[in-house]
Amino acid sequence: MNNDSNAQSSKASLLYDPVARSIFFQCLTVAIVAWLVYAGVNNAITNLEKANVASGFGFLTDRAGFDISQSLIEYTNDSSYLRAFYVGLTNTLLVSALGIFFATIIGFSVGIGRLSKNYLVRKICMIYVETLRNIPLLLQLLFWYKAVLGVLPNVRDAMQVGDIFLSNRGLAIPKFIPEAGASAILWAVIIGVIAAVIVGKWAKRRQMATGQQFPTIMVGFALIVGLPLLALVVTGFPFTIENPKLGGFNFNGGSVVLPEFVALLLGLSLYTASFIAEIVRSGILAVSKGQTEAAYALGVRPNITMRKVIVPQAMRVVIPPLTSQYLNLTKNSSLAVAIGYPDLVAVFSGTVLNQTGQAVEVVLMTMLVYLAISLITSTFMNWFNSRVSLVER
Amino acid sequence: MKTKIFTGMLASAALALSASTASAATLDDVKAKGFVQCGVSTGLAGFSAPDDAGEWSGIDVEYCRGIAAAVFGDPTKVKFTALTAKERFTALQSGEIDVLSRNTTWTMSRDTQLGLNFAGVNYYDGQGFMVRKALGLNSALELSGASVCVQTGTTTELNLTDYFKANNMEYKPVVFEKLEEVNAAYAANRCDVYTTDASGLYSIRLTLEDPDAHTVLPEIISKEPLGPVVRQGDDQWFNIAKWTHNAMVNAEELGLTSENVDLEKDSDNPNIKRLLGAEGDFGESIGLSADWAYNIIKTVGNYGEVFDRTVGAGSPLKIERGTNALWSDGGLQYAPPVR
Repeated sequence: MNNDSNAQSSKASLLYDPVARSIFFQCLTVAIVAWLVYAGVNNAITNLEKANVASGFGFLTDRAGFDISQSLIEYTNDSSYLRAFYVGLTNTLLVSALGIFFATIIGFSVGIGRLSKNYLVRKICMIYVETLRNIPLLLQLLFWYKAVLGVLPNVRDAMQVGDIFLSNRGLAIPKFIPEAGASAILWAVIIGVIAAVIVGKWAKRRQMATGQQFPTIMVGFALIVGLPLLALVVTGFPFTIENPKLGGFNFNGGSVVLPEFVALLLGLSLYTASFIAEIVRSGILAVSKGQTEAAYALGVRPNITMRKVIVPQAMRVVIPPLTSQYLNLTKNSSLAVAIGYPDLVAVFSGTVLNQTGQAVEVVLMTMLVYLAISLITSTFMNWFNSRVSLVER
Repeated sequence: MKTKIFTGMLASAALALSASTASAATLDDVKAKGFVQCGVSTGLAGFSAPDDAGEWSGIDVEYCRGIAAAVFGDPTKVKFTALTAKERFTALQSGEIDVLSRNTTWTMSRDTQLGLNFAGVNYYDGQGFMVRKALGLNSALELSGASVCVQTGTTTELNLTDYFKANNMEYKPVVFEKLEEVNAAYAANRCDVYTTDASGLYSIRLTLEDPDAHTVLPEIISKEPLGPVVRQGDDQWFNIAKWTHNAMVNAEELGLTSENVDLEKDSDNPNIKRLLGAEGDFGESIGLSADWAYNIIKTVGNYGEVFDRTVGAGSPLKIERGTNALWSDGGLQYAPPVR
């Protein structure tokens, strides 16, 4: 009797059952989103057909027919649009990777500098942060580009240091062309890095077990730099050097670092560094003062305290927002289009889009690439975060 | 509450999707909204450039005014959208503009693959090179190894590659999206050579600090027939676009100008009568009033008048008619008869 009435009332109140309602609304939301995606894609396809616009990815194998000012991989105007896509992609990756590297170094220095006991250092770091993070990046890029172009002399009056020339056409440097045996140096670098990691691990284990310390940094440095140098001497310097020479209009031979690249790298690094500095400062301040006092009370020296006590604890606060900044920097590199650096957006969704008219395909590919780069970066940073996070008991 | 906001967002997104479908009958759309939306450049003196007061002028702008005059009898019923070379075709394809009149080169791929139609040629141009006089160059064949400033997404970029390749020369491209950026880079001596359509070079030269320090080399390396573009699939609008230009060229050939067209209205010349709508129903056949061509000539002028005051002798550019003279004067401007 009791059971019977229960069953009846639960049937009647299915409408009021929170679980049933939540399942219903979730299904409804999924259905609406799926329908929207379908309608959007369908609409685009219909419109393109109606407008007689050719679609598909067949254009990627066509001859590009235009040149690109900077290319890390083999590319000529006879290459395909797909090849041009790779050129743009590698250029984006290059400036992003270097930007992340420099932004991290500058950001950490400035962030720690803001907490310095030295008044001048503290204020300079503060001015740096407050100026750079409050001016739109596009303006900064234009500023750096104008500054780079404006300050540097014309190609005929280039500044010269040895075989290195600096002018408003870029930095012309000697090019090292590898000969037979050059691969030995690459191997030496790889072996050096692996050896340094092994030594580091061994030193840490030994210190844990016996308390004895080992000059890990010095030995690691010696391994990473020394081994390749040794290989260089043993193989008898297997490179031909091609020096840049002024001929006709420009420097011929050698390698050239474009002013557009320098301006973009400067702008991205300095801008992002100002945000990283604040993240680092907040991370350090988040570690309670008691930690420092406790370390000092145990007689630990200040720089060891910083390295072994403060920074490891600060890192767990620093890394998640740091990841966002890395992602921002990568995406901001697309502003390169304003100063003529051939990144993915400039080359692919700029030139290629316009020469082929395949707007939907080109923009879709570009968006997917940025999504992929961002997801890979954040996956790596999440992994790194789980490595450095404190093991709580 | 959260759900409500979310569904609201979804609904508005769905609306936005359905609204983006381009309509086929452009003339009806134009009449309904009361003006022609015309895509022009971001600023190329003589072709389409805004002045201090934001008033647009130039040969491409006058063409748009001509369409407005043909449709509404009023050349001011036109709004301009400034577009970069990169944006122009997408803006037309998506229906953001009704006609693209932006020194755009007529090529086969653009005509056939983009869902667009070129309505004629309002300026016959060719690609040239501008350099500093100080370099002491006489020919484009001496340019091997030079840095060349060029705007992205143009036929110019491709012609440049072809020309240097054909002549076994090398160059270093310096590519920008906006014309102003290319100008600035050339002015800052980032590159030795500026390449674009010859008319553009003359126009840009005037904006440089010392125009006399720069010279345009004699070689013209390509055919650049510039003309207005409309969407494919709307024949009525395509006809209006074609015949607006043809009417202006025919008017010049028949000696009709904005000043004498009122007097000539009673002319006995059957060619003039047909063009001005006194004979036949040519206006009706393209969906316009009988005095469509009269309105263009009266309010905008014939092709020669427009050319003269925008790029020709009456303008700062002082470009000669050359290939843009009427066919009867040895040029290429030739319009089919109104018959």
